[in-house]
Amino acid sequence: MTTAPVAQPRIRSRRRPARGLRKLLLGVVGLLGFLGTWQLLPLLGVVDEQFLPPATTVLGQLATEVQDLEFWRNVGRTMTTWFLGLLIATLAAVVIGTIIGLVPYLRRLTHTTVEFLRPIPSVALIPLAILMFGFQMPAALLIVVYASFWQVFVQVLYGVADVDTVARDTAKSFGLTRASRFRNLVLPTALPYIMTGVRLGAAVALILTVTAELLIAVPGIGRVIVFARGAGDVPTVYVYIVVAGLLGLIVNLIFRLIERRVLSWHQSVRGEAIV
Amino acid sequence: MSSMMTRSISVLRKPPGRSRSILSSIWFALGLPFLLLVVWGIWATISPQKFFPGPIAIIQAFIETWVGPAFFADVLPSLARLGVGIVVSIAVGIVAGTVIGLVRWLRELLEPTLEFFRAVPPPVLVPILMLIFGPGDATRVLVILAGAVWPVLLNTIEGVRSTDSIMTETARSYALTPVQRLRYLVLPSASPRIMAGVRQSLSVALILMVISEMFNNSSGLGYRITYFQTNYLIAEMWSGILLLGLMGVLLAVIFGFVERRVLRWYHGIKEVERA
Repeated sequence: MTTAPVAQPRIRSRRRPARGLRKLLLGVVGLLGFLGTWQLLPLLGVVDEQFLPPATTVLGQLATEVQDLEFWRNVGRTMTTWFLGLLIATLAAVVIGTIIGLVPYLRRLTHTTVEFLRPIPSVALIPLAILMFGFQMPAALLIVVYASFWQVFVQVLYGVADVDTVARDTAKSFGLTRASRFRNLVLPTALPYIMTGVRLGAAVALILTVTAELLIAVPGIGRVIVFARGAGDVPTVYVYIVVAGLLGLIVNLIFRLIERRVLSWHQSVRGEAIV
Repeated sequence: MSSMMTRSISVLRKPPGRSRSILSSIWFALGLPFLLLVVWGIWATISPQKFFPGPIAIIQAFIETWVGPAFFADVLPSLARLGVGIVVSIAVGIVAGTVIGLVRWLRELLEPTLEFFRAVPPPVLVPILMLIFGPGDATRVLVILAGAVWPVLLNTIEGVRSTDSIMTETARSYALTPVQRLRYLVLPSASPRIMAGVRQSLSVALILMVISEMFNNSSGLGYRITYFQTNYLIAEMWSGILLLGLMGVLLAVIFGFVERRVLRWYHGIKEVERA
């Protein structure tokens, strides 16, 4: 986004490390403050301990759960569904998006259909998924794929359309074959967009994986939450909420890293728009 | 420049007649949806599928199910909760985001904590919120708020933070009061980011509306759809999916309208820059 100002080369930059340290310290203080509030709220009786166990209880239980193999199995189940869903969605979106994006006729023809299908909230498909696949992983996959497909697809469309006209005409007049034009021109242009789409899709895919586990009871951390809640085991519910948050953070971090590596040649890596 | 030239040349080469252009735009807008519906209809009559009734059956079910008292009993309350949830999320997000974005130490204090909250997949909060606050209307709005506030909040912080520093200094030296600065400089310059956040919030809010209703035996759209599925009322279930899809489209249309009004100046600048 062009609103982001160019970093001003100021005198202040000499004090950069000090500012970075300050930022880190303040961030840690903020996190500790949050944990402290969480600890004090039930202890002082503001919120019933039955509904909000103190932070030490939850984090202590997390520490013991981590040593349990079943914990890692559940995390593994969730991440498997997430990964498979994201993979299928990405492959489908890149292939279909490239074909539609490169042919203007198809692009115009599919516009209304896409604009109708895209906003359908994927959770609306949960009943259908249950009917088709029962309470198994494919039911979750259907929802995850549907939701993350559109995130990537739209970005692929933008990316493929963004090919510089001069470069395209040049490539044509230099007699590059279709395949080599695709490899050397279209793909590099679209790659940053695709990466943005995959990163957004990854976050959405995680949300819907957990949702499917919560509502369809597909095995994974979402189902643990439902079972624990049914058993009145509130601390476990909180443990897995924290785990879900950590998974979200990790997914986000990983994709930022991948983006930076894959696109290190691209100038957009400095600061990119939140679409 | 060059892209403009090629574009104008291609326009010159093929001046479309007025009636033809209207016809062709109708074809492009409705051709594929119509074709798909026809194929679907024929397919459904030739080999009736248990879980995929034909479009006509779905539309009949749609009229029978949703036109009438069910509209007031289930659809309107859902819409109301969605509306309240969205409005509160946007208001809280923008106000809190502006404050946090303007005060640097506050921002550095809270940012890591907020990032964690954003990373938590919002649906995992539904069981715990239901447990603490009971299954009432207020809880469902709270569920929407708990998920939809983050994109607005974090994008507002980002937008407010990246206000052009030269403009800020200019505003200072012209002695604009803080209120004026907020009204004429900070909020407008943050608005593209804010709107991007609102767009994400809308889809999250719709998903959470459905989930909050699927969770407890209650009322509302999500509950009805699950009810139809568990009772094998397949056409009715599809009609519910269709209705949710329509709501998604409606939200997208409203958002597009508001965004064009709010960001008219911004799109104008973009146009000029691109030319």
